[in-house]
Amino acid sequence: MKYTEDHEWLRIEGDLIVVGITEHAATQLGDVVFVELPEIEAVVSSGDEVVVIESVKAASDILAPVDGEIVEVNDKLSDTPGLVNEDPLGAGWFFKLKVDDLSVIDDFMDEDEYQDLID
Amino acid sequence: MSGGTDGQTGGAGTGLMRLGLADLHHELGARMVPFAGYEMPVQYAAGVMAEHLQTRSGASLFDVSHMGQVVLRPTQGMEALGRAVEAMVPVDLLALPEGRQRYGFFTDEAGGLLDDLMVVNRGDHLFVVVNAARAGHDIAHMDAGLGGVAQVIALPDRALLALQGPAAEAALAALVPGIERLRFLEMADAQTIHGGLWIARSGYTGEDGFEISVPQAGAEGLARALLGDPRVMPAGLGARDSLRLEAGLPLYGHDIDTTTSPVEAGLGWAIGRARRAGGARAGGFPGAERILRELAEGPARLRTGLRPEGRAPMREGTVLFHEGAEVGRITSGGFGPSVGAPVAMGYVPAALVAPGTLLEGELRGKRLPVATCPLPFHPTSYKR
Repeated sequence: MKYTEDHEWLRIEGDLIVVGITEHAATQLGDVVFVELPEIEAVVSSGDEVVVIESVKAASDILAPVDGEIVEVNDKLSDTPGLVNEDPLGAGWFFKLKVDDLSVIDDFMDEDEYQDLID
Repeated sequence: MSGGTDGQTGGAGTGLMRLGLADLHHELGARMVPFAGYEMPVQYAAGVMAEHLQTRSGASLFDVSHMGQVVLRPTQGMEALGRAVEAMVPVDLLALPEGRQRYGFFTDEAGGLLDDLMVVNRGDHLFVVVNAARAGHDIAHMDAGLGGVAQVIALPDRALLALQGPAAEAALAALVPGIERLRFLEMADAQTIHGGLWIARSGYTGEDGFEISVPQAGAEGLARALLGDPRVMPAGLGARDSLRLEAGLPLYGHDIDTTTSPVEAGLGWAIGRARRAGGARAGGFPGAERILRELAEGPARLRTGLRPEGRAPMREGTVLFHEGAEVGRITSGGFGPSVGAPVAMGYVPAALVAPGTLLEGELRGKRLPVATCPLPFHPTSYKR
């Protein structure tokens, strides 16, 4: 698993990249009450705002970490947004991206580097 | 003005004032944020949602020592003081019995709201609590308006704790026997090992509960004693905001300000009969012409509850449309944990205020349905 400075995680699953937010980010956000997911087949660029997360306190954006096409979204979050808090690294994933080259993920932080960032 | 603190500033040159209970908040795992010049606990480890629900089912302790506590000590008798305050605040203060608390507000010449407040008749003086962000303004305003009839005395040496929720009565009665006899909007004094407490049965959550003014020296002991009760948990400003939103209570600087009149804000109920047209002391306060006219004829717009139909919260600033035309704006909004859905309040033209009127709120470029509804969203449970 790799990590971005925006507290997202990226994981390779087959030929796709799965994206979610870290436990640290989920804790900071507080109780998530609404998630707006992107359209399937949307072509996104790194840095695009692709997901809106609303916690009790505030709205936040999740950015596309890399260029790619959204091929799957976690529909369960529409009815149970609390999954982001309960299981941010698993059932609380947001979307899956098809990318040209899976090696783009190598540029991101590994777990130790990410731990250093948040400590 | 350093009302309600020990006067220390926060760490790392933030310039923020530090609450007397700051160490306790840190010990309890609070996340601190700047608010109205103070470093305030926005939430504890449990989180806003859990703190909100705890307040509705058990009891929560809030440190609201940032609020301005002020004594008005009369120099020419209580009646002269009451009349002078009535010239600034359009409520019936002369009829306020000793030991009773009343909601009110300072108005300006245009009929706008300068701040809202709670005032208690404490027999030989009045005790006023004002919003933290307005305390400096309000004290200068009272100094100017009450010159000659009262000393305006800020009380930075007193903390203010709010104990709110259905278990608040039992938790406080364990420390202050007999307090269960106090009714909503009454105040009693109690001598305790934590110092002399001024206890009002009121709050800002829609729940039964108490606001307790306590000497700074005794505040930590009182807070620890209350938190030692298994029914009581600490709660921060985040839960206080979602609780008051569900209770339909306006927040100064958001839902009410100098651009809103008390009648538009739905606060006309606080203006007693004596101060209305035909009353014994009708008018005689800033903005009376507009406010009395709006009471008689109805205002052009009104604060209303709003229920977004989807799951997405509509927050402060969301623009409201009706049949394509912009008609108003949301002034407070978020997720209501007890309602289990997004809730908001805002101003709409009087013609659109009927419950169930369908409007649209613009969220991230999309216009989504939102319906007007009565306030509060969650029934209040005051011990009247």
